[in-house]
Amino acid sequence: MTGRIFSVVGGMFLLTVCSKGNQSTVQAAPPSSSASAVSTAGGTITGKIKFTGTAPRNPTIDMSEEAACKSKYTTTPTEEVVVAGPANALANVFVYVKSGVPAGQTFTAPTTPVVLDQNGCRYHPHVLGIMVGQPLEIQNSDPVLHNIKAIAKANRPFNVSQPGAGMKTTRTFAAPEVMVNLECNVHGWMHAYAGVRPDPFFAVSGQDGSFSITGLPPGTYTIEAWHEKFGTQTATVTIAGTESKTANITFAAR
Amino acid sequence: MRWWLPDAGSTFAGPIDALFLAILIITGIALVVVEVGLVTFVIKYRARPGRKAFYTHGSTRAEVIWTAIPAVTMVALGLISNHYWVLMKDKKSIPPNAYHVGVHAKQFEWQVTYPGADGKLGTGDDFTVRNQLHVTVNEPIAVELSAEDVIHSFFVPEFRVKQDAVPGMHITAWFQATKTGEFEIGCAELCGMGHYKMRGRVFVHTPDEYKAWMAQQAAGGTE
Amino acid sequence: MTAVAHTSTKAHHAPMSFWRKYIFSTDHKIIGIQFLFVSLFFLLVGGLLAMQIRWQLGFPGKPLPGGGILPESMVSGGVILPEYYIQLVTMHGTFMVFFAIMPLLVGVYANFLIPLKIGTHDMAFPRINMWSFWLALLAGLIMLAGFFVPDGAPRAGWTMYAPLSARPDLSGATISQKLWSISIVVLGLSSVMGSVNYITTIINHRAPGMTWFRMPLSVWALFITAILAVLALPVLQGAAIMLLFDQTLGTHFFDPGAGGQPLLWQHLFWFFGHPEVYILILPAMGMASDIIANGSRKPIFGYHSMVFAIIGIAFLGWLVWGHHMFMSGMNPTLGSTFMVSTLLIAVPSAIKVFNWLGTMWRGNLRFHVPMLNAIGFVSMFTIGGLSGIFMAATPVDIPLHDTQFIVAHLHYVLFGGSLFALFAAIPYWYPKMFGRMMSERIGKVHFYLTFVFYNMTFFPMHIIGMGGQMRRIYDPTIYDFLKPQQPLNRFISYSAFALFAVQFLFLFNFLWSLKRGKKAPQNPWEDNGMEWSLPNPAPHGNWDKTPNVYRGPYEFSAPEAGDKDYLPQYVKLPTDRDPVPAPLPAGGH
Repeated sequence: MTGRIFSVVGGMFLLTVCSKGNQSTVQAAPPSSSASAVSTAGGTITGKIKFTGTAPRNPTIDMSEEAACKSKYTTTPTEEVVVAGPANALANVFVYVKSGVPAGQTFTAPTTPVVLDQNGCRYHPHVLGIMVGQPLEIQNSDPVLHNIKAIAKANRPFNVSQPGAGMKTTRTFAAPEVMVNLECNVHGWMHAYAGVRPDPFFAVSGQDGSFSITGLPPGTYTIEAWHEKFGTQTATVTIAGTESKTANITFAAR
Repeated sequence: MRWWLPDAGSTFAGPIDALFLAILIITGIALVVVEVGLVTFVIKYRARPGRKAFYTHGSTRAEVIWTAIPAVTMVALGLISNHYWVLMKDKKSIPPNAYHVGVHAKQFEWQVTYPGADGKLGTGDDFTVRNQLHVTVNEPIAVELSAEDVIHSFFVPEFRVKQDAVPGMHITAWFQATKTGEFEIGCAELCGMGHYKMRGRVFVHTPDEYKAWMAQQAAGGTE
Repeated sequence: MTAVAHTSTKAHHAPMSFWRKYIFSTDHKIIGIQFLFVSLFFLLVGGLLAMQIRWQLGFPGKPLPGGGILPESMVSGGVILPEYYIQLVTMHGTFMVFFAIMPLLVGVYANFLIPLKIGTHDMAFPRINMWSFWLALLAGLIMLAGFFVPDGAPRAGWTMYAPLSARPDLSGATISQKLWSISIVVLGLSSVMGSVNYITTIINHRAPGMTWFRMPLSVWALFITAILAVLALPVLQGAAIMLLFDQTLGTHFFDPGAGGQPLLWQHLFWFFGHPEVYILILPAMGMASDIIANGSRKPIFGYHSMVFAIIGIAFLGWLVWGHHMFMSGMNPTLGSTFMVSTLLIAVPSAIKVFNWLGTMWRGNLRFHVPMLNAIGFVSMFTIGGLSGIFMAATPVDIPLHDTQFIVAHLHYVLFGGSLFALFAAIPYWYPKMFGRMMSERIGKVHFYLTFVFYNMTFFPMHIIGMGGQMRRIYDPTIYDFLKPQQPLNRFISYSAFALFAVQFLFLFNFLWSLKRGKKAPQNPWEDNGMEWSLPNPAPHGNWDKTPNVYRGPYEFSAPEAGDKDYLPQYVKLPTDRDPVPAPLPAGGH
């Protein structure tokens, strides 16, 4: 009788523990003792990102149902799906070294956090790069509830709330992932994208479409540019010594 | 400070509030009888030296009376209530000329889909707006509820309208607003951490105002 | 089947170690006391959770005093986070219903009272009874663990509606949601084991002369409750297992995308859930009957009606579950049928209230602490029962469903009803349990203060519910239509803090009296029950020789009693004849 009860309860316990429900974090390779610091004296890949064709119109956001955010704007805010600069420059493109970094080389993540701010019911920045293990400090500058839902495959997803201004939450990512989607479910237009990399060789293009990846050791690299609407483009660059090479990338608008 | 039900804003409020008041009176009488009885007995029959309790096992007559009166009252209440229940919730009670609007509930917003210029839901000119339900006053509105993820509940207190939105189910709730203005929508079924913030607004317009709003929506486009 | 004569039970045991006597005991009285200590602990846990809820509702966004000790997943800068708030409301309900009130009424008093009040030495299955306690404790600890595992406690409400409860990605609760299911299955086992004991013991082991209609109403109520439990808990266990499978085995019972039905959860849960609330009130009603008759020095008015009312409530209780689902999207015709059955179930409850009044009418009322609390029970349960009529009328349920009006109703029946009855029962049978009296003075202060602060806390909830405040919302001030009611929310919170503080009087009284209470005379309340023929505390095995029962349980102020105003069931008058024990079954015992 006793044994039967225990095996039933024990069996259920095992079901819990051995279920596929939980996602365990994928561990990145532990830093080896010979981890090399990023050498600022290295090669650089710079470039400008553009697109051809006509950019689709960014939908306007009606924030009437969140007065505290609406009041922060003098003109109607729009979504940031395609942020175009002068001469079809494309901002918010996440550029990173996809391959070419020597195998076995590890990099220590900086302890300074990347800050993601929720202000005016929008994420600032809209696209960010962060290293594995580097803290992402999410802060709420609005006096309203935001939840930050991270939709990730290689990393453990999370969903935390910040009901008031001044609240801060820090998270780190344990595995590289391009891209982790961040969204707010209370304000459905809020989206941000985080590119998580094991090395510091990434950048996000600015308003003028320019980007710059520095500190690269000599070698041949494939860089990939990711845009939330236009997809991905790649380019190959060979760096010798500490030279600076240019790689411009063009997307086709769609 | 509010002490009563919200101000009436739909044709349902009259019957529901009247029924509420009727029940309040009936239960109020019952409450007074019981509580005054209790207090009276506590004072009148407290133990005092020389007193003895009255030895009895009960009274069949009393049992019959206080079984019959509640039973009859409850049956009557049920019959009256059911008439209005059928009116408010039965599919067949939805007025055939009702204006249909789709409300899709999702963690944590109300996605309201309008039938557009052709007035028909499910056609190409439909458009969706977050958290704002625009309707015309004195017109029956049929809200076609659906849910994306978990159970939510569409609740407009002034209209006395409440209906759960269940994933996998298509449920129609109807109402007819009786005054123009702005009213709030709350979610009345726990749906996650943002449950309390699932606030929307109902804008009840005059027919002209509604036409103007519809035209404005067709011209612009918001997220 | 009537009782069978037993010989002495004292000879059955060799001297027992401390562990066998007090920890792994099969004595129904020790088991009842074990339930008492553990359940009071969970009552305190439930109260602490409630204090945090009231803090947030009264003062949204203000840092919780002492909140700094809580982890970042629960509070931010001391401010309760929304995801923690819904854990609080979920676990407050869960602990109070499953681990406080139910075990206090059933685990304690079914175990302690039944063999004593029917005149037998122990339960039919003492070892299963012991298991019933340890499983209940295990279930409680598993449930408590939910707060300490990664991602925190379950948060879909104590009603655990699917799909929210079945989808960790949508609720945020992962491991703890599975622990919930396991805890419920274990608790259900405990309940069923207990019920099997209570039913069998009452049917088979009544002392000679203890006919069915001479059983006290507390025993009747516990008997009917046990039948409810043995039939209802397995339904919940089944639903909990289905929920667990949806999360772990890839089933889709409640997932509409794969052919499942969210409403299935609600039907299963409430098919259990409604009988459950009668499990939570019937024992309270039964014990209140015993105490009110004693305090009035009069027989219970309408004993037979009271028995039939208990049976009627229990039977009808199976037919009303849909009234929790009027807004659920189920066919409105079901709403009509469930409205009828729900309105009808008000009738037997009304019968009981009138019979309690009838008992007090022309009595000679003694206001000892148990009687005060029993009177409080009647007056508060009446309010709770009457408020239910509003929701039973389906059109009126439309504005009231899932608002604070429901919260007011359920607290009036569960606290105003069940808990006040417990505040009556605990001091009443304390002498039988521990050989001492609880302090009357502290008890009276506790009663009056609790009564006042209790009504100040829960009555205004009717009003804010009418105003439309939804359940389980973290911050009412988000809504313009709720802002005007916020002063009442603050008032409720202050009253709740005071109410909680006052309960420490009861806790102190309970614990202090264990060692320092006045030594109890054998029959301190001059009561008629069989248990008062035994010394205080009642000894292991209860009676040396099976007692005889000579009359009904409520012969207060009977003419045969002479100058005493009570006449216990076990007292043999010169005019009484010994009851004939039932013949032994063929083949011996």
